[in-house]
Amino acid sequence: MTEFLSATAVGPGGAPAGGQDISGFDATEARKQWQVVIRRFMRHRLAVFGMGMFVFLLFVAFVGGAFWKHSYKTTEFPRYSSPSADHPFGTDLLGADMVAQVIRGLRFSLQIAITVALVSTFIGVVLGAIAGYKRGWVDAVISRFIDLVLVIPGLVIVVVMARSSFSNVAGQSGSNWLIVAMYLSFVFWLSIARVVRGMVLSLREKEFVEAARAMGGSTMRIVFRHILPNTVDVIIVNATLSVALAVLSEAAISFIGLGVRSPDTSLGLLINQNRNELNLHPWLFFIPFAFIVMVSLAVNFMGDGLRDALDPRQRRVRA
Amino acid sequence: MFRYIIRRVLISIPLLIAASFLCFGLTTFMGDPLGEWKLQRPRPPAEVAAAEHRAGTDKPFLERYKDWAVNFVQGDWGTNVGPGHGTADVKDKVLKASWVSARLVIGAELIALLIGVAIGVIGAVRQYSMFDYTATGFAFVMFSMPLFCLALMIKTLGIEFNNFLQDNGFGRWIRTAGPPNGGFNGSITDQIYQYTGAFILPTICLVMIQFAVYSRFQRASMLDVLNADYVRTAQAKGLSEARVIFRHAFRNALIPIATVFALNFGATISGAIITETVFGWQGMGQLLVQAVNDKEPYMVLGFLMITGVFIIFANLIADVMYAVLDPRIRLD
Repeated sequence: MTEFLSATAVGPGGAPAGGQDISGFDATEARKQWQVVIRRFMRHRLAVFGMGMFVFLLFVAFVGGAFWKHSYKTTEFPRYSSPSADHPFGTDLLGADMVAQVIRGLRFSLQIAITVALVSTFIGVVLGAIAGYKRGWVDAVISRFIDLVLVIPGLVIVVVMARSSFSNVAGQSGSNWLIVAMYLSFVFWLSIARVVRGMVLSLREKEFVEAARAMGGSTMRIVFRHILPNTVDVIIVNATLSVALAVLSEAAISFIGLGVRSPDTSLGLLINQNRNELNLHPWLFFIPFAFIVMVSLAVNFMGDGLRDALDPRQRRVRA
Repeated sequence: MFRYIIRRVLISIPLLIAASFLCFGLTTFMGDPLGEWKLQRPRPPAEVAAAEHRAGTDKPFLERYKDWAVNFVQGDWGTNVGPGHGTADVKDKVLKASWVSARLVIGAELIALLIGVAIGVIGAVRQYSMFDYTATGFAFVMFSMPLFCLALMIKTLGIEFNNFLQDNGFGRWIRTAGPPNGGFNGSITDQIYQYTGAFILPTICLVMIQFAVYSRFQRASMLDVLNADYVRTAQAKGLSEARVIFRHAFRNALIPIATVFALNFGATISGAIITETVFGWQGMGQLLVQAVNDKEPYMVLGFLMITGVFIIFANLIADVMYAVLDPRIRLD
């Protein structure tokens, strides 16, 4: 709290003395709020480390493939060769270079996880805000629907949908990662919508919302300009943490064989393909595994740091 | 209290009916159970019609739902419908599988709860100690750990341990392929030997994942309580530290964890599905994956209904427990 006070009260040039241009000081207020958040985040060493690691992994996943000497398509290397200078992660059953495979798997895993986070956050925020602001039957319909879907565990819902004719149609055109991402999003938006609804329900009774309404603000304006900005911190933290959860969920369903399918791949699928190699060719298992843990740890560290930075009063543990 | 429970149970009934409709919709979304069979080679129309009649796909959605629901309530949960999938009775299979899973899950959850509560309490009482940091770090890693990887590693370690036992002149104690089909038999020590051998590895997996959740919650709620005024009062009265912690703080800190335990049931089912897949148990997980791969609508429905009933029941218990443990909460 102390750095919060000092940062807002004393600007870069110290407190404005009497007679100075006060308006210039006021104009920087909004930015300073964010500076405070960034400063607080930067002081959280583990969070900065997590963010660095996440950026690094993103870079490896989306750009790394272009720089790596072997293509994921080449399968002419000796099969099951252990890690060496030419193949730092060894080669697999088909004689493909594991570095290329892992880079590609990481790209699909991150692609799915980020899509899930964006789509589910968007749906969750919109429906949660509508339910909380409109109340009445709209709220009842949305909330009851959420209650209903939560009766079945999310993983089970995704597994049941996994072999639907819908995914088969998409499967013929080749890639199915987007379908997997959509199924996961369908399960993930529920909890975000619940949280946002609860916050909007209490915010809509606050004086500043009443003032906005008294001044003739439209519903859209009140919701998007006055209410939602006050929920941004929770939404950002939730979206960040859902990336980690999505990576783990996607890996789990791909491992059961009901998630991403060839020609697409993912870290979970790589582990599934190499599940029996743990004894003889351990690198085929441990390297994709290490990448899953790295993504998930990096995102969790980052999310915790963000939570501390955005809302220092909140002392909740992650479920 | 009694009236509240009755009311909650009555509210659960429409929820369950709505859930059954949703589940039926989900299984319809799975696609035509006869799709693959029809594609294999051209079938005579009479054969197709007979198979469709058996699967019920010749009727419209609502009528099918009505037929299924009426039969379900009367205790007929349907059978496998796909040609070549046999005529296994859904009720029989689902109940058998849920018993297999329940034996595994209940034990693992209780152990996880005990360990989690103990670690959480110690972590809160000795906040920022070496123990606290280690436990927090370990919980963090467990949160980020894919359960199936943990299970695969533990399975491999189990096999190694078996080899070690055999080399030293003992039997291969640990089973990595589920409990024996014929059940446990022999003398009582033999049975214990077989039982622990079959259960130890999957139990360790589930415990390691779940206890992290409980220890984090318990630590947070214990910290809340330890900072409360009445705990300070108890300390000011000169009560011994142990008495303050166990009589005043600990008992109140258990209230949130009781509900977390009940509400965590969904995560437990998901965990069991993956653990069973790795260790080859013939439980709910295997049943679901098999039924989804075969596109057997009634088998999946049986699974979903059992799961739904358990979760609704767990939520009910969570609410009631919350009220019983904390008299300040008024139910009406």
